[in-house]
Amino acid sequence: MTQQVLFSVFNGLIIGAFYALMALGLSLILNLSGVINFAHGGFLAIGAYLAYTLIPYLGFWGALAVAPLLTAAIGLLVERLLIRRLYGRDPLYSLLLTFGLAFVLEDGTRYIWGPSSLPFEIPHWLATPLSSDFFFLTGYRLFMMLLVCAAVAILFLVLNRTRLGMRIRAGSGDLEMVSALGVNVRLLRNVNFGLGIYMAGLAGVLAAGMLGLQPTIGSVLIMPSFVAIIVGGLGSLPGTLLGGLLIGVTSGVVTVFFPSASEAVIYVMMGVVLLVRPHGLLGEEGRIQ
Amino acid sequence: MRARRETIADIAIWFCLATMPYWISLLGGYTSLGTRVVVMSLTAMALNFLLGFTGVLSFGHAAYFGLGAYGVGMTIKYLVPSTPLGILVGVAVGTVAAALVGALIVKLRGVYFAMATIAFGQVFYFIAFRWNSMTGGDDGLSGWRRIPIDLGFKTIDILNDDKAFYYLVLICFAFAVATMAALLRSPFGRTLLAIRENERRARFLGIPVEQHIWLSFVISCFFVSLAGALYALLNNFADPHDLRWDQSGDFVIMVVLGGMRTFWGPLVGAAIFVLLQDYLSSLTDNWMSLIGVFFILVVLFFPRGLLGFLRRQEKS
Amino acid sequence: MSLLRVDTVSRQFGSLVAVNGVSVSIEAGELLAVIGPNGAGKTTLFNLISGFFPPNSGRIFFDDRDITQDAPHQRVASGISRTFQITEIFPELSVRENLRIAVEVASGFRLRPWLGQQASAQVRGQVDELLELGGLGAMAGRDVGELTHGDQRATEIMMSLALRPRLLLLDEPTAGMGDKETYDITKLIRRLHRQRNLTIALVEHDMRVIFHLADRILVLAEGKELAQGTPSEISANERVQAAYLGIAA
Repeated sequence: MTQQVLFSVFNGLIIGAFYALMALGLSLILNLSGVINFAHGGFLAIGAYLAYTLIPYLGFWGALAVAPLLTAAIGLLVERLLIRRLYGRDPLYSLLLTFGLAFVLEDGTRYIWGPSSLPFEIPHWLATPLSSDFFFLTGYRLFMMLLVCAAVAILFLVLNRTRLGMRIRAGSGDLEMVSALGVNVRLLRNVNFGLGIYMAGLAGVLAAGMLGLQPTIGSVLIMPSFVAIIVGGLGSLPGTLLGGLLIGVTSGVVTVFFPSASEAVIYVMMGVVLLVRPHGLLGEEGRIQ
Repeated sequence: MRARRETIADIAIWFCLATMPYWISLLGGYTSLGTRVVVMSLTAMALNFLLGFTGVLSFGHAAYFGLGAYGVGMTIKYLVPSTPLGILVGVAVGTVAAALVGALIVKLRGVYFAMATIAFGQVFYFIAFRWNSMTGGDDGLSGWRRIPIDLGFKTIDILNDDKAFYYLVLICFAFAVATMAALLRSPFGRTLLAIRENERRARFLGIPVEQHIWLSFVISCFFVSLAGALYALLNNFADPHDLRWDQSGDFVIMVVLGGMRTFWGPLVGAAIFVLLQDYLSSLTDNWMSLIGVFFILVVLFFPRGLLGFLRRQEKS
Repeated sequence: MSLLRVDTVSRQFGSLVAVNGVSVSIEAGELLAVIGPNGAGKTTLFNLISGFFPPNSGRIFFDDRDITQDAPHQRVASGISRTFQITEIFPELSVRENLRIAVEVASGFRLRPWLGQQASAQVRGQVDELLELGGLGAMAGRDVGELTHGDQRATEIMMSLALRPRLLLLDEPTAGMGDKETYDITKLIRRLHRQRNLTIALVEHDMRVIFHLADRILVLAEGKELAQGTPSEISANERVQAAYLGIAA
């Protein structure tokens, strides 16, 4: 029993790390540009499938390095061609546009790589369990956790220590001010969008190694990411991280005792959080109006 | 002048709807396709009550549509074989759920409201999806049919007579649309317009904005769950995908396509969307990406919708 | 007994103390002008009185009743209504509709799904009255968004008036207006004050307007009270001259 609970907590942490990675990218874009990127899951799938295509040429590590970058490049292009036109308009329009884009990306992946699930090769030594007592603790899972931690740490370093990061944070608070100081807001939003998509691509490669490859891989993960953002607190990136981990662990633990509620429980949790703290756990009050 | 033109438009629309079963086949359609158009129009118009006339962005209306559908299906299958009672239960379930969810999210605004509505909608999807024994899970709720309505002196066979069912749906539609129109012309309706136009001003006029948005949300969901119930009756089936967030997106695009700030716009949008979807899905397996491209094109080139566009032409 | 009593209220935004221990009373029938340099906390004080946000400390009494924690709509019901520095109206509705909404809310009809003929006529009568009072009769059918700045401001004041306030807060009613419009609005405010004996508090920069209208003046600087008194007392006050009027002149 203990082992099972441990297993599910650990499992939940991993899933939560995915949610967090995904939600952080969403949050970055949402905070600076006011766009809910429905297509985030589609980009995640693109990242995963690109890695699949690249592995025969570059190997796993090469694909892990290159695929998210390529995904981000596609993201930059999409922002420049489509999403940029909708800044400052009713948020309804960017919602609808990214919604349509999500359809196109998911269907496009299905068209190019086929509808059935594909095997995703990870290095053999990563796939073996580290200890027989903790069978679930494969090297890959551990590695994944470490990589997500590193990615998140780097993200926060970039945001807190670099000029780009400070501009993104300042712009998320008061865009007009940043613009008045002479920052190129268009470029800032473009780069920021790319950064968010990069994280989706990275999450995609990692997710493929664990969950396998399916065209719907992204749309399964996007809703929990929304919940992570709302639970964590609107406008707060640390909140988003916390929210992701929290809902991951919660749904992991609930899986043990009441498996059929493992998905619904996070929404119930969101309801409770909104009831007690309408702006989320670490949210800023001003953000909700 | 404009008032007169609107009256003419009203009469024309009602006339088309009232006679649809008699001409739709001439255009290559069939009666149940017409019924689908009416049901989706009702959904879109009910959503527009919130979206276009209160200015609140809900992206989770599929949940209440689906609750209406499951409500009527499960009532007929497990409880009472009665169509009116089933509709009543479906509407009640959807409305109560909306009242609860609405109370939790009325403090949120804009994209955050949208995000919360979508996310909450998923609860009901997962319930329908997981509660296999009762809901049929992923396969949907089948094994039940709409029941002919017994009026005492006469039985209306809505099961086998497509036209009879069409008119039942049209009566519900007329009731819902007339109620919404009357509400929008009432003092309460004007407070909703006020909130849409300028929430701060509305608040400092003494309107408790959250309460009014909540009411508008519940009213909108009431009619959406009615539409959902009718949709399930039309198909003799409740589909878990009716509850999912992508379905909500379809509803919103119908509204935008027709024209958000216009009363009849969503009807036009729904009709176009239903026919297009029907056509595309018969044409290719990749209709999903075509619909996606359609979304993008509408947003980029037609944001005011068809009727909004026409009205603008008229003004200038 | 004062109509409004503000008792040592403070409000902080992060590390900035926008209003710092300000006390002020407004007597019924009085017109109080609040002046001070930019960032003195004038608008924040109005926001505290109208319920935009609650103070961090201190209390506010209206009619001797503690309203410190009341929501805006409750304060409106008690009799406090306001206008904003940047005119807040319903731009895509006509002037008539704007006023009609205000009248209906004030009449307690906001939840009514229908209105009887008698009530409708009553509302229409009040709207017509307000249109005339604000000099807006000629443009009643036009969307407010299309009107001049001055007429939009007049519409906003009339909407606030529709709520039958016992205290009307006007936040820079002449901001961004030309001489003619400033004159018209000043005249309107004076008429409301003198003829209807309406209690008014206003934030204003234009000294001509202030000395023309005010019974009493509150001077704020950096969130604190600098002086309070009649216009002649204020213009003779050396601290005010040094800190404020000197800069403005």
